[in-house]
Amino acid sequence: MKRLDFIKISEWVDPKTKVLDLGCADGTLLKFLKQQKNINGYGIEIDPSNIEKGIKNQINIIQMNLEDGLSVFNDQFFDTVILSQTLQAMVNIDKIMDEMKRVGKNIIVSFPNFGFWKNRFQILNGKMPKSTDLPHEWYNTPNIHLCTIKDFEDLCSKKDLTITNQLFLTNNQPVKYFSNLRGSLGIFQLSQ
Amino acid sequence: MSRSVGIVKSKLFNCKDEISLACGQSLKEFELVYETYGKLNAKKDNAILIPHALSGNHHVAGKYHKDDEYLGWWDNMVGPGKPIDTNQYFVIGVNNIGGNDGSTSAKSINPKTKKIWGSSFPIVTVQDWVLSQKKLIEHLGINTLFAIVGGSLGGMQAIQWSIAYPDSVKKILCIAAAPSLTAQNIAFNEIARQAILQDDDFFKGDFYQHNTKPKKGLRIARMLGHITYLSNDAMDKKFGRKLIQGKYNYNFQENYEIESYLNYQGDKFASSFDANTYLRMTKALDYFDLEKIYKKKLLKVFSKIKADYLVISFTSDWRFPPARSKEIVTALLDNNINVTYAEIKAETGHDAFLLHNDHYHQLILNYLRS
Repeated sequence: MKRLDFIKISEWVDPKTKVLDLGCADGTLLKFLKQQKNINGYGIEIDPSNIEKGIKNQINIIQMNLEDGLSVFNDQFFDTVILSQTLQAMVNIDKIMDEMKRVGKNIIVSFPNFGFWKNRFQILNGKMPKSTDLPHEWYNTPNIHLCTIKDFEDLCSKKDLTITNQLFLTNNQPVKYFSNLRGSLGIFQLSQ
Repeated sequence: MSRSVGIVKSKLFNCKDEISLACGQSLKEFELVYETYGKLNAKKDNAILIPHALSGNHHVAGKYHKDDEYLGWWDNMVGPGKPIDTNQYFVIGVNNIGGNDGSTSAKSINPKTKKIWGSSFPIVTVQDWVLSQKKLIEHLGINTLFAIVGGSLGGMQAIQWSIAYPDSVKKILCIAAAPSLTAQNIAFNEIARQAILQDDDFFKGDFYQHNTKPKKGLRIARMLGHITYLSNDAMDKKFGRKLIQGKYNYNFQENYEIESYLNYQGDKFASSFDANTYLRMTKALDYFDLEKIYKKKLLKVFSKIKADYLVISFTSDWRFPPARSKEIVTALLDNNINVTYAEIKAETGHDAFLLHNDHYHQLILNYLRS
């Protein structure tokens, strides 16, 4: 199955530009962008086994802790900076948002929507939510900063970021209406 | 299946070309001792050069005879089916000029005077070594190296290669290195040098004629070196406060296991290593400073590089810590060079680059194959 979020993200990336993927895991997205858009890509990742896989995927991968900031990169070094399903696992979201603004022009962020109706329903039933986009148990989840679509929109306006594009997916299918309720994954394109 | 290159034999390259050294002197001719493992393919594009670090040499892998108990210094990395796979690559190990193991050095005969060079042997630098290695590569009929894999001082030679001969190497694997030494690094080197220089048996570098060796100085230099190669944690884990006989001696004989270890390493080294080589290796380290060599900021120096880079550091390495590798990474990034950086969790300090570690070996293997 093709990941629709990756396809949509690639539509927001210009060909032959410089792209940074924060928390790039095994580099699947960067590899996809390289194939689709012939980008000059770099990924940041902390997990050693992902570094091994990223090398296999022939992407440039830098082992660093995102929480420490992006000091190895100069201001406005990248055309696009992507934070794909990583935001919710970060301690200092304020800082990473500022760093993304500093090193990149075009900013793309995707995250699981905590306001998705199935999540709300599970909470009403007295349980922490689990879904395709939030697959972990409450006690072993890396996701420590969950937010809803509305929460994220508020953060963007606080950070003076303009939402240029937004898209919502549920089970790899686009959702058009009542996205904060019906969308399981939110993808935002931001500019400053 | 055997994963060893087996019995190997070193070869000699006699270069008749005169080379100018960074110090201003020149060598009319020089010899390099080297070893090769694996086969050079028809296109001659599968060669990997492995420059050595401070006390290394050309004997990277294998053994010299069936009962040889000493394997090459990077035997865990180089061999059939190993990360640097000799079934696939033609691997070259070389002893540098000024080195301990047969290449032209202070122990050699100066062709002009027909006498042992001794103290008059020039101070050699990383640039000089790279120049001489390039001559060897040409002699072997290789235009472009597939990769150069270097750790520590070897990593510095790898960097220098990619700047001096940008079209002659495709991949640089730069491990536990730095773009220059810090004041602390130089300070340790100076103590090591002073130990040798002040040894009565050093004779200002002309000890060969006196049939002696400055062993006292060399062993202190090596003991000091060993402390900097290990991390505090690794030393604690290996030796702790363990006493050799379980009790205090109340004298100045060896009492702790760490003392015994350092004395053993010092003795072993002092009997086999050349003092003039040690002095020159530490000086080559001190003098390696890309910004000084090229009179430009690192960012500008790196603009010449065409090779792809894999940079690796080890968390407990305090000799060339991760921050120094990151300086290299930053300068590469600023020049849009393809670079991958791995910071490997290891508690063995600087020595980690020589030791087996599954993750480390997998990274090298994947990178060479990608």
